[in-house]
Amino acid sequence: MNKFFERRYVVTGIFIALILTLLGRLYYIQIVDDRYAIYATKNVIRNFIVYPARGPILDRNGKILVQNEPIYDIMVTPKDVKPFDTLEFCKMIGIDKAGFDKRWIKAMKYSPTKESAFEKQVPASIFASLQEKMGDFPGFYILPRTVRSYPDSVAAQFLGYIGEAQDRDIERSKGYYRLGDYIGVTGVEKAYENVLRGQRGVKSMMVDSRGVQKGSFANGAFDTVARTGERLTSSLDIELQKLGEQLMHNKLGSIVAIEPSSGEILAYVSSPTYDPNLMVGRERGNNAAKMYNDPYKPFFIRPIQAQYPPGSSFKPLSALIALQEGIISPSETYYCTGHYRAGNRLVPCNHGEAHGSVNMSRAVAESCNGYFSMVFQRILERTGAKYTEAAFTKWRANVLKFGLGTRLDLDMPAESRGNVPTPLHYDNVYKKGGWRASTVISLAIGQGELLATPLQLANLECTIANKGFFYKPHLIKAIGTENVIKEEYTKRNYVGIDSQYFEPVIDGMQAVVENGTARRSKIPGIIMCGKTGTAQNPRGEDNSVFVAFAPRENPKIAIAVIVENSGEGAHWAAPIASFIVEKYLKGKVTPRESGFTVDYFANANRMPDLALYAMDLKKERMRDSIRAARADSIKKFKADSVKKAARLKTAANNKPGGWGSLLAGRGAGK
Amino acid sequence: MSNYNNHNQRSFFFNVDWVTVFLFLALCTIGWFNIHAAVYDEKHPSIIDMSTVYGKQFIYIMVGIVVGMVILLLESRFLAALSPVFYAITTLLLMVVLVIGKNVGGNQAWINMGGGFRLQPSEFAKFSTCLLLARYLSSVNVKVTELKSFAIVAGIILVPMLLIKLQPDDGSTLVFCSLIFVLYREGLSPYFLVTIAAIIILFITSQLYNEYYIMGIIVAIASLIAYLNKRNRQTMFKVLVAAVACIGFVLVAKPIYNHGLKQHQRARIDVVLGITSDTRGVGYNQNQSKIAIGSGRLWGKGYLKGTQTKYAFVPEQSTDFIFCTVGEEWGFAGSVVVLGLYLFLLLRIIFIAERQRAPFTRIYGYGVASIIFFHVIINIAMAIGVMPVIGIPLPLISYGGSSLLSFTILLFVLIKLDSNRMGII
Repeated sequence: MNKFFERRYVVTGIFIALILTLLGRLYYIQIVDDRYAIYATKNVIRNFIVYPARGPILDRNGKILVQNEPIYDIMVTPKDVKPFDTLEFCKMIGIDKAGFDKRWIKAMKYSPTKESAFEKQVPASIFASLQEKMGDFPGFYILPRTVRSYPDSVAAQFLGYIGEAQDRDIERSKGYYRLGDYIGVTGVEKAYENVLRGQRGVKSMMVDSRGVQKGSFANGAFDTVARTGERLTSSLDIELQKLGEQLMHNKLGSIVAIEPSSGEILAYVSSPTYDPNLMVGRERGNNAAKMYNDPYKPFFIRPIQAQYPPGSSFKPLSALIALQEGIISPSETYYCTGHYRAGNRLVPCNHGEAHGSVNMSRAVAESCNGYFSMVFQRILERTGAKYTEAAFTKWRANVLKFGLGTRLDLDMPAESRGNVPTPLHYDNVYKKGGWRASTVISLAIGQGELLATPLQLANLECTIANKGFFYKPHLIKAIGTENVIKEEYTKRNYVGIDSQYFEPVIDGMQAVVENGTARRSKIPGIIMCGKTGTAQNPRGEDNSVFVAFAPRENPKIAIAVIVENSGEGAHWAAPIASFIVEKYLKGKVTPRESGFTVDYFANANRMPDLALYAMDLKKERMRDSIRAARADSIKKFKADSVKKAARLKTAANNKPGGWGSLLAGRGAGK
Repeated sequence: MSNYNNHNQRSFFFNVDWVTVFLFLALCTIGWFNIHAAVYDEKHPSIIDMSTVYGKQFIYIMVGIVVGMVILLLESRFLAALSPVFYAITTLLLMVVLVIGKNVGGNQAWINMGGGFRLQPSEFAKFSTCLLLARYLSSVNVKVTELKSFAIVAGIILVPMLLIKLQPDDGSTLVFCSLIFVLYREGLSPYFLVTIAAIIILFITSQLYNEYYIMGIIVAIASLIAYLNKRNRQTMFKVLVAAVACIGFVLVAKPIYNHGLKQHQRARIDVVLGITSDTRGVGYNQNQSKIAIGSGRLWGKGYLKGTQTKYAFVPEQSTDFIFCTVGEEWGFAGSVVVLGLYLFLLLRIIFIAERQRAPFTRIYGYGVASIIFFHVIINIAMAIGVMPVIGIPLPLISYGGSSLLSFTILLFVLIKLDSNRMGII
């Protein structure tokens, strides 16, 4: 015992006190504070997205238009690589030593411990031989993926393509898409993106501090399975589509064929077209750039984006409206002198030769400009010349019912409206009340400001074939394996013309093919009703237009064909249409009596002068860039003003004392 | 006496304090299992695999037990007599390490022994310093309150401190400060303890708060004490001096902090004080460590099931941050057990020290207790983020041969000396 004996209690006390303090703190962070358990979970769990395969797309007979083809990415984890026969490896995947080193450095730079793609999109042919040898290359493994593949290389503009999601897609999807995700960019891939993409799965994996995967979390209890995208059955007939593309080869233009009894689109040809397989794989970027800069614009979806004056193919519609309105009777005759005089305008007819006396059917059959000008003038002037505007508005409403001048709401993006001019348009061009029937007389023969897409023209034929109604045209017949059909496609859209008025017009249209302008396109054994058109084109020669439906009784197909810069409808569009109709109705094509053959049309080159289009393309690109720049500056201005407003608002909120205290607040913030 | 000696020779387990031996073995075993968990790898699941650190730790434990038994064979007298020699050897090694040492993690603290083993002299310096201190303080006519004795004592402690500081291993340097408890027990004025406490408190508060507030509080407290002792002029004078010293220290604390410390030291302190938060850089280690321990909850995640531990989120987990494994896999229950064992060990050592006749053993015992105490407090406080990162091991649990061996020697020398408690050294 010494005199400092009692100091042992002080030392003991300090020991106990500090150890209890630590225990107290441990109690707090281990029991009271539950944040750390959450942080630990966050540290170790990464959710990985499992991408489903996109849905396939079939044609109406179940033939494959788009499928998924396996490709293979060779992945590497540099840390796990052990010495191996580099030469053999390079030879197998078709790269040289320098290429190997480049990829190796890239992978190392990304991460020595995490996997990255060493070589992307290796085709199945290489995969087969590589797979056997994979054991010789530790650290490398093969990741199967899928890409879109188009076995028949048809219907590119219908199918569209997919691409990596852009910033605005990501923004619009509110974070559904991430950088590097694929999304439909055009065509059906875009229109049915939500159905095709399927449902993504999530896999919770545990990772270590370097992000290396260490197996599934909780044995996959929180994982969700990826669900493959729905299968789409398109209304297209792949054989018809192929024939259409063949016939339109080396021509600008479009073919749209619709089944009148359902609105299902059978053929959807846009020419020039391209092989959809070009938009897949390693060369995608180069191919896309080449096509984007092609003056003939293969990406332009002519069936719904190109707008043409319908020309004479509009005449049956004029006739129907006149009959419904009681303006004229089918038997009433008009004497054609070769010209029609409206005010001080002279509309030439039949190249200046007189048709003589024509009734409605003959007028349609012989495409008498005079007759239809007369009918149109009567429609507009039936309540007196002073009230032209009111009559015009009524006429326009009737035309719109047929789906002209308005979007048909096709299940595809980027549809054009076409154009049926409004009275306001003429008020602006002339002046209020400064125009008469004679001023707008060219509308009577489908010229002037009238514009229609090939789809609208084909739909017009459907309406005539159905004698008064149409089904909404559509490209996707059924969704999923249960073949769900959208309800809107089963509804008849009436156009306000009684069915009895169609007979005389259809008589005329039958005569067009039997012995009229399109007689050389007559299909043996099939009664086709059609109408040729020759519409002015500002760029060079006229467009060749033909619309038709067949057979006359119980029509199965309605069609519109436009061949740009090819002159009269009878020469190009009509024969092409006849082959499509024959193919669809008979399953084969035969030469026409006139000697026309499929080969002749398939081989004919009607491409217009490139210079005209190249110039247009240049102008368009310039306009695009100006528009983009303007949109940018507007956006920026808006963003700035929003920011400014927000700044003022916060300033006002924070400083109820007004400007004086605002300044004071700023001083304190320093 | 001869009978006693005969008895001693018959068994070297005579008079051995089995409680301490048990605590020693318990802590070593806990350490071994937790090191296994900390570096656990599915590819090497066996716990005895010599290519892994837990395999090596197993060897160290075995070596430690052998060394412990050898120590029990030694003469107590011999240990006391040779203490200057041990001290000289470790001091020499501390010098040697500065010349030929291997630099690991910025500290030149290891001497390569070949065969993948490295010696850390600073670990053994703790033992030899303790021993020499006991020897000197227990000699006749030495009083720590006397200036000359105090100077020699300070010298004994400061020489290894300075040499270790040159490595520069801050953690091991600070360990020697714990010997203040020994000096206090042997008669050093309590004012030393109070002064050290005051310095720590004032240093921390002056980093956190405006120094004028702190000075105001000092003046207020001083005035209150002075008022209560207004009759006693001497006390009033002392209070005045203390207050002036405190204020003076507060004034220099910030400049010392900003200029006296190195950048990485300041950064670590800032993280703990919450002045900065950097969970990716300087604060990463402590943050992950806190997450590991905190996520253990009451019962822990289970052996080999700690995600922070298994997936290597905490660097240095088998050595300085081994307590993370305890906290994460065994939860608060495990923390209580481990800290309980340490507290038990500390109290047992003090008990042993106080039952000695010979001051030598008592002083040595207090030295052992102080060193273990300091290691435990600093290491765990660091792991749960209440102290800056100071790299010192958790006694007997952390991975490391030198550390394990030096604590084994510290303890077994005490056990040996204690077994001879009836004799006079």
